[in-house]
Amino acid sequence: MSVPNDLSYTRSHEWARVEGDLVVVGITHYAQDQLGEVVYVELPEVGLGANAGEELGTLESVKAVAEFLSPVAGEVVEVNERLAEEPNLVNEDPYGDGWLVKISGALEEDELLDAEAYKELLAEESH
Amino acid sequence: MRRRALRDEPPFFELNPRRTVRQGHLLPPLDVPDLDPAAVLPQSLLRAPVEDFPDLGEHEVVQHFHRLSQLNYAVDEGLYPLGSCTMKYNPRINERTARLAGFADLHPLQPDDQVQGALALMWELEQALKAVTGMAGVTLQPAAGAHGELTGILMIRKALEARGDARSIVLVPDSAHGTNPATASFAGYEAVEIPSAVDGTVDLAALAELMNERVAAVMLTVPNTLGVFEHRILEISELVHRRGGFLYLDGANLNAFVGRALVGRMGADAMHINLHKTFSTPHGGGGPGAGPVAVSEALLPHLPVPRVVREGDRFRMVWHDPNSVGAMRGYAGSFLILVRAMTYIRSLGAEGLRELSDVAVLYANLIRHRLRGAYHLKYDAPSLHEVVFDDSVQATRDVHNIDIAKRLLDYGFHPPTMSFPLIVHGALMIEPTESPSPEEVGAFCDAMLEIAREVERDPLLVKSAPHDTPVRRIDEVRAARALKVRWQPEQG
Amino acid sequence: MHPWVGAGPDDRRHLLDELGLDSLERLFATIPQEVCVDRVDLPPGQDEDTVRRALAAVADRNLTLSSRPSFLGAGVYRHIQPSVVDAVLSRSEFFTSYTPYQPEISQGTLQVIFEFQTLICQLTGCEVANASLYDGATSVVEAVLFAHRVLRGKRNRVLLAETVHPVYRSVLATYAGAVGLELVVVPPGSDGRTDPGRLRDEQACCVVVQSPSFTGVVEDLPAIAEAAHASGALAVQVVAEAVSLGILAGGGAFGFDAVCGEAQSFGVAPGFGGPHLGFFACAEKNVRQMPGRLAGETVDADGRRAFCLTLSTREQHIRRAKATSNICTNQGLMALAATVWLEALGGSGLRDLARSCLARAHELRRRIAGLGGGWRLAYPAAPTFNEFLVEGPGGGDELARRLADDGVLAGLPSRRWGGTWPDGLLIAVTECNRAADLDALVAAMKRLS
Repeated sequence: MSVPNDLSYTRSHEWARVEGDLVVVGITHYAQDQLGEVVYVELPEVGLGANAGEELGTLESVKAVAEFLSPVAGEVVEVNERLAEEPNLVNEDPYGDGWLVKISGALEEDELLDAEAYKELLAEESH
Repeated sequence: MRRRALRDEPPFFELNPRRTVRQGHLLPPLDVPDLDPAAVLPQSLLRAPVEDFPDLGEHEVVQHFHRLSQLNYAVDEGLYPLGSCTMKYNPRINERTARLAGFADLHPLQPDDQVQGALALMWELEQALKAVTGMAGVTLQPAAGAHGELTGILMIRKALEARGDARSIVLVPDSAHGTNPATASFAGYEAVEIPSAVDGTVDLAALAELMNERVAAVMLTVPNTLGVFEHRILEISELVHRRGGFLYLDGANLNAFVGRALVGRMGADAMHINLHKTFSTPHGGGGPGAGPVAVSEALLPHLPVPRVVREGDRFRMVWHDPNSVGAMRGYAGSFLILVRAMTYIRSLGAEGLRELSDVAVLYANLIRHRLRGAYHLKYDAPSLHEVVFDDSVQATRDVHNIDIAKRLLDYGFHPPTMSFPLIVHGALMIEPTESPSPEEVGAFCDAMLEIAREVERDPLLVKSAPHDTPVRRIDEVRAARALKVRWQPEQG
Repeated sequence: MHPWVGAGPDDRRHLLDELGLDSLERLFATIPQEVCVDRVDLPPGQDEDTVRRALAAVADRNLTLSSRPSFLGAGVYRHIQPSVVDAVLSRSEFFTSYTPYQPEISQGTLQVIFEFQTLICQLTGCEVANASLYDGATSVVEAVLFAHRVLRGKRNRVLLAETVHPVYRSVLATYAGAVGLELVVVPPGSDGRTDPGRLRDEQACCVVVQSPSFTGVVEDLPAIAEAAHASGALAVQVVAEAVSLGILAGGGAFGFDAVCGEAQSFGVAPGFGGPHLGFFACAEKNVRQMPGRLAGETVDADGRRAFCLTLSTREQHIRRAKATSNICTNQGLMALAATVWLEALGGSGLRDLARSCLARAHELRRRIAGLGGGWRLAYPAAPTFNEFLVEGPGGGDELARRLADDGVLAGLPSRRWGGTWPDGLLIAVTECNRAADLDALVAAMKRLS
């Protein structure tokens, strides 16, 4: 399972990356693997305000539905429109073209896991 | 599955491709003056002829459906051991009685004096279901099991409102079927999970902690989805009632103890009964079902309308009652399904019902005994009419429950239930019912054992199954991503 | 022992031996004694011949629709029943199978559902239709909940034409109360039609009309859709007499957001109220908010056309507490009946059948209008299909009773559940009502005047 070192992670398997004033959010390689092939992504409306840990949208595979949560507090400023036609991007490139939303807000590092801590979490969950 | 269609059968819309004039069914002669629709209806509301709705000759229509039928597995083909679905034999006499003109050719709004036989039959079925459950009353209205659940929970809500006691939570075990939390949530309650104890039954200490004055009802399945009876059911019902809640029992697994034990004595306030499971009405490719609900004295005033009452030797349909939860669907029930269930109960009687649960439980335990060396049994508590194995042994070779299921198709059997209980990862929930022969049950066990050996010998053979079915493994991802849910002509 | 139990006494003994048990009772040891009985309180079982005779005797106590000239409709109709329908329904490959969760061995059922969905789309003018719902009444509930979801739960009011079937309205009231929706009932105008001008409400999530309505009147669908959309609400058409779609365009053609109702007319017996066949269709953009099962086309591992259930994640077995609905099991066998019935008739046959109903109904309408003696049409100027409201010399209850005594099931008393329309008889005419039936009804009416 790929866990890039330069990202921050949540216990609910989202990742976050700072890009200027914005935080880019997606789900991890592990999360997409657990869910299976994504067939539909329900994204929030631009302008939605969210607290850290609040639901932003859902990802559907054939057999399951998963919610994804906001890693940070802020407002949704952009959503990945490509996913409407190509939900498979979440599976094929979860840390790149498969990103979900961009949020205006700051990363609170203390609340999130770094790559090492996230790897430990995955090790625990696989037991 | 041992049979294949000889060739693909195109969708109806591709038949008669040149759209020539063919004679479908002959209509009765028009013995009144013909009328141009435009003479009496606004032109703007009339339809243009429906495109791609061909006319076929009668033989062509029959062949179309005959060929399609050959692509289906069915109870009459072989064992259909879907756990919690009770796929038993559908007696043919049921189909004959349900087609009697005196039942099929009745309008639900005919005056009571024209339909005394129909009302009497509904009343008799209510009495029979009261006898089978030991409960105080029954509604025959709900159209399916989940609909029965909702009816029951809304009656409970009505009873709580009547005593001025608003509550907000329904407790549901983590082993429950998905319809239970769906029902609670639809009825406006928050569904909270009760954890299972190590034997798979309800953790009584956890329940005692969760059971407070905000809990409207506890929904339990007896026996639960593992086939394990809640042996502390009397303690549970005492606890629930002491704290002012209601006990809802999901009757999906009634086949385990029908004729032997009464849910009324278990302290149930409501239980739905799936006539298409325990009482043999056909599953019909996914409906129609019927989910009557039996209730305790406390819920009697709140039964849905319309309902049948007896006055001396006459029967009457009651359409209004201010205490009732209201109407849950059109009319008094899926009457022709009720006719089938009544036919079944009359045929079996008290002894026959007990005999069926005896053999259903015996078969399930036989399967448990024969397969337990080859498949893992997470919960070892004694089980009744079904048994839940899992794929953890096979998963070490990367073979999962879905692969085992698909390989079973090659052996000519329907697979077990896999989507729940959620507390068993990779579940294989097996319910044989009482109707097949011992040889049929044995052949299923042999197939399961052979598949377990194949997993050791040649896991890819199992992972690439099915090999011998009318179509091969289906691309469900493509179906969901490129949605095509109606036929359309090829472009260009 | 009973023939529906597969193992005889010797078999059971052998199986118990294999399990190392001395009695069956041991298998039930986990059930507390306090809840057990030796025998439930039911009579002994009976052989097939005895049961069949007894049930035939019960059936004989009912008065069948075919035994009299019958004009009962009001949402449940008697239409011709080609023999092929029951022949296909009696095939055990169809009626003894279950929901097609294993598509490799369920292509028959899945393709039938796909054909049913397509036929419903063609007839309603909508882009997607589900695999069916319980009945017309619950389809209306589903349509309202659908509209509420599409508008993201922001509007809690429903504008409901009073001429939506009263049984459907009463069922909707049960669910609306449970989920906190407010129903505002809009009575018809003096011409029997619903005034589109009264269907504007900024708080409403949807406007629900039935066409042809409970009193048989064909509504002005384009104007109603426009009124609903002007205030941002969804427009929902209910159809209780599905055969009307043989000549009338479905609401989808006029921009209706959902078309739902009862398709019992398509090959399903009246059956004293069920099982019947609910249907639901809408625009593809809202498919994820649509209730119920859905079959879709795809391919198998060899690239051949095949079908499977799709978008199942909306359903309760996966979504649990977040499912779109829990009253949405389909009526598979009834959907099969409708599919066979429609395909046996063919496109021309359905149109001709609908025209036959129209011609017979209007012939009767014409003759009643000229009858005198207190008989008159309640809405002489309203467009109607095969059902219409008649006033006579007395209230509807009395008229129905007296005509029944005279050997004719003349129709439903129109005020049985209240209503602001005239108190009379609701008369439905189908292709099963031959000219002799019309003569019988008119003669009986004459005798009453």
